[in-house]
Amino acid sequence: MIYDTAIIGAGACGAATAWQLSHTESKTILLEKETDAAFGVSKANSGIVHGGFHHPSDTLKTKLELRGNKLFDVLHEELGFPYHKCGILVAAYSEEQMETVKKLYQRGLDNGVTNLELCDRARMLELEPKLNDAVCGGFFAPDGGTIEPYGYVFSLVESAIKNGVDVSYNFKVCNGKYENGVWTLTSADGRTVQAKYVVNAAGLYADEISRVCGGEEFRIIPRKGEEYLLDKTCACRPEHVLFPVPTKHSKGVLVIPTAGGTTMIGPTADPVESKDDTETTSSHLKRIAGLVSDMINGVSLRDLITSFAGLRPVLETEDFYIEPSKRIPAFIQVAGIQSPGLTASPAIGEYVVELLKKEGLELKAKTAERVKNYKIDPADPAWNRIVCRCEKISEAEIVEAIRKGHTTVDGIKFHTRSGMGRCQGGFCAVEILKIISRETGMSVEELTKRGGGSRIIAGKLGSLEVKA
Amino acid sequence: MKKELICISCPQGCHLTAEQDNTGAWLVSGNKCPRGKVYAEQEMTAPRRTVTAVIATGSAKQPFLAVRTDNTYPKEAIPALLNKLYTMKAELPVKRGDVIWENVEGSGVNVIASESLDA
Amino acid sequence: MKMMSKEFYDVAVIGAGAAGLAAAAETAAAGFNTLVIDRQDRAGGILRQCIHNGFGLHCFKEELTGPEYAERAAEKAIAAGAEFALCSTVTDLKKRDDGTFELVLRSKEYGTKNIVAKTVILAMGCRERNRGNLAIPGTRPAGVFTAGAAQKLLNCEGFLPGKTAVIVGSGDIGLIMARRLQWCGIKVKAVVEIMPHPSGLTRNIVQCLHDFNIPLYLSHSVTRICGKDRVDGVDVAPLSDPENSFHIDCDTVLFSTGLIPEMELGKMIGVEIDPSTGGAKVNANYETSVPGVFSAGNVLHVHDLVDFVSEESVRMAKKVIRHLNGEKDGETVKVCVNEKLKYAVPSTFFPGRDTVFAFRPLVVTNNGTLTAEQDGNVIWKKKIPFVRPAEMICFELKGDLINGKGELTFRLEEGEKA
Repeated sequence: MIYDTAIIGAGACGAATAWQLSHTESKTILLEKETDAAFGVSKANSGIVHGGFHHPSDTLKTKLELRGNKLFDVLHEELGFPYHKCGILVAAYSEEQMETVKKLYQRGLDNGVTNLELCDRARMLELEPKLNDAVCGGFFAPDGGTIEPYGYVFSLVESAIKNGVDVSYNFKVCNGKYENGVWTLTSADGRTVQAKYVVNAAGLYADEISRVCGGEEFRIIPRKGEEYLLDKTCACRPEHVLFPVPTKHSKGVLVIPTAGGTTMIGPTADPVESKDDTETTSSHLKRIAGLVSDMINGVSLRDLITSFAGLRPVLETEDFYIEPSKRIPAFIQVAGIQSPGLTASPAIGEYVVELLKKEGLELKAKTAERVKNYKIDPADPAWNRIVCRCEKISEAEIVEAIRKGHTTVDGIKFHTRSGMGRCQGGFCAVEILKIISRETGMSVEELTKRGGGSRIIAGKLGSLEVKA
Repeated sequence: MKKELICISCPQGCHLTAEQDNTGAWLVSGNKCPRGKVYAEQEMTAPRRTVTAVIATGSAKQPFLAVRTDNTYPKEAIPALLNKLYTMKAELPVKRGDVIWENVEGSGVNVIASESLDA
Repeated sequence: MKMMSKEFYDVAVIGAGAAGLAAAAETAAAGFNTLVIDRQDRAGGILRQCIHNGFGLHCFKEELTGPEYAERAAEKAIAAGAEFALCSTVTDLKKRDDGTFELVLRSKEYGTKNIVAKTVILAMGCRERNRGNLAIPGTRPAGVFTAGAAQKLLNCEGFLPGKTAVIVGSGDIGLIMARRLQWCGIKVKAVVEIMPHPSGLTRNIVQCLHDFNIPLYLSHSVTRICGKDRVDGVDVAPLSDPENSFHIDCDTVLFSTGLIPEMELGKMIGVEIDPSTGGAKVNANYETSVPGVFSAGNVLHVHDLVDFVSEESVRMAKKVIRHLNGEKDGETVKVCVNEKLKYAVPSTFFPGRDTVFAFRPLVVTNNGTLTAEQDGNVIWKKKIPFVRPAEMICFELKGDLINGKGELTFRLEEGEKA
């Protein structure tokens, strides 16, 4: 069949676009090179719904950030993913920093954020009693908070699927040809998909996708961010997302009360060569711990439960690049979606649909079925069998994740939070493997952490010879 | 010949000295109990170890049965013992102490169940 | 085995490992209605997956494997009349206005169920410190396990975690796993220990590493985990020269880097934590800062032998029985330790009463001396032939010796170099 739209990349932008299109009569397919949605840039993200004051109003990113921020209220209600709308604090620890804070505050007002509050020291400590004594002021943006980025993307994809969108995982587009008004996309393993329009939302690889389809030449530079996660019981969990005063290149190292109840500190911001480079390093941890200790009390590395690194897809312009290709027809570029890309993503979905319409795609609205995530049937006895003790995740939730198509350990982890807590799966990993095997009929040896060659088990006892 | 050893008979880990006299007999010192002497003599002549393993049961609920040798077993023959155990299947029910493999390879050592499993 | 039959108990024991079973056997035998709650489908806790021998010499006077020890301990509790709620997770623990406790249990069989108990025994054991807790740098491939998780995979499910492994940490679980991997045909390339001395018992170094010629790198750390989808190696470097790292090819990394008391339920009910153990602060009755809540075993402080866990738990259970019988104790006196001891358990005691103290040394020495001082006098002194951080020090001091009112200070002094 020939789809109306093929979206390359099941990250936040691709998923949001697919979800928008699932509310129309058109036929859409979402193509993803990984084994599950959100497994690229989206999963390793700070998960912040930003407040619209970091960037100047004349940029596309600010316009979409502001709209995205508003849409998160709607989407949270519609889809049911957790949204911890705790508000954002920017804290200054010197008079010099306070000057920058005032500029940011003014920028927020200029951008149309009306409910910002400029705070003196006393008000800051009232809002956030754990702030380091050195705080001298700041401002408060109530409209913002944290989401679990994968939970958000999964909700979009699951709802889109329910409303008629097709999804193809492990589909790495390596060629695109436009002939007689139809795009033919070919995957690395030889599968093809045909569509009248293509949306390139390939994150870090948007430059490569553009190239293999004959589109514009541009370069995505990965910028690495390391994040460190602290236990739910840690003493430094703030009431709000806590920002330092930003520098020219980055929003700085934050203290983030995650929607899941843990506290995240980070990210760093370092350009790297490789799009695979998600290694963490030892030097950054100490630096981050030092920086956040200067901001808030109670930071202890004894609370550390895990660390990870993500890559931001950055263009030289530092702005988003969302427009129809000038070189090839019926092809929308969605590239350079770095921070605040997650916040902007619902608006990016809307914006891309508008661009598709302008390019000639006919879209007729339809009433979409609501799909709420995390819906539990209390009558199911499996709901009372706790598999993941740290996050108190039941067998029923794990089975639900598997039935929605998440069959890797990471996929289930991102869907349910199982294995995300303080023991990091030490107790429940074996149990989860057995449940996946039971539900999917796959053998335990076939199961992977996140697809590809990430197999967890090497074989059965007795398959290796014991030697002297 | 003189050799320093650490006894593995119990968690105390006595530091033993084994010394061979003119007759070839081993004199053992440093042991807090008679097991240390036995261990050191064996270790210098023909080392032995207790072997523990699991064997398949075919049961979905309890797929493996923990087993052990009821005495120490010649160290050099342990790989062959284990390779054989991994091909075996235990019939359930099993009571703790049941002999699973009698007189392994004529050694006088039995493999016994470490736990009781219902059918 | 008698399963949970009521909603009110004298004693609720959380955890059916060695500590919980030993306590339940005592309190049930003394005639108190006792309920033991555990997440697993069988009693025994982690002992079930510890199929190796080396347990039981103190408590059962013979050398047993983990499953044998677990079954024997469970049989004692069952025979004494303790009741069990298995496959059940305690998700909430609260103090009620009348001084009793309310526990919320969740399981397939019972659904969500509330239980009331006069006393609570916290016997939840430990979890393992993992790669994330240590922030070991590198990639995040499949093939990284805690030693205990790998043990469960192998011994309970019969799955091989890999083909070639490096073990981080020389704790007993890591050493035992080195031998287990070898005995399953998996090549162990190295054990890497950050401390200058092994963390596990000496006999395990002999029978688990020397027997298989597995190199032990002391004062070394893993500086990087490599591999995209699956582990393909680790970088290891001496602590003295972190730049001078070397690479070891392997497809599996096991972490045996210490245990952390699984004390979240205690924290939930406001039990004061001792930062030096990670477990509860207890008095000589093993009673926590919340009256009526007791704790023993690895959730109190990490033991090296399960026999010591059972013994400690029996001592605690006797105090629980006193408490249930309404016996009251007087004022407590504080216990202090010098810098060569990590902690003392209990952290307070009742003057004039026989008290067992447990210590974890921080130094390696032969013929060390442990002294107890009170009111400026040395009241007790003991030579300890082998002092090792891997080996707990445990002594009973008679009541007539510790009957002063001042703080009791224990000092460990080093003897000869080991």
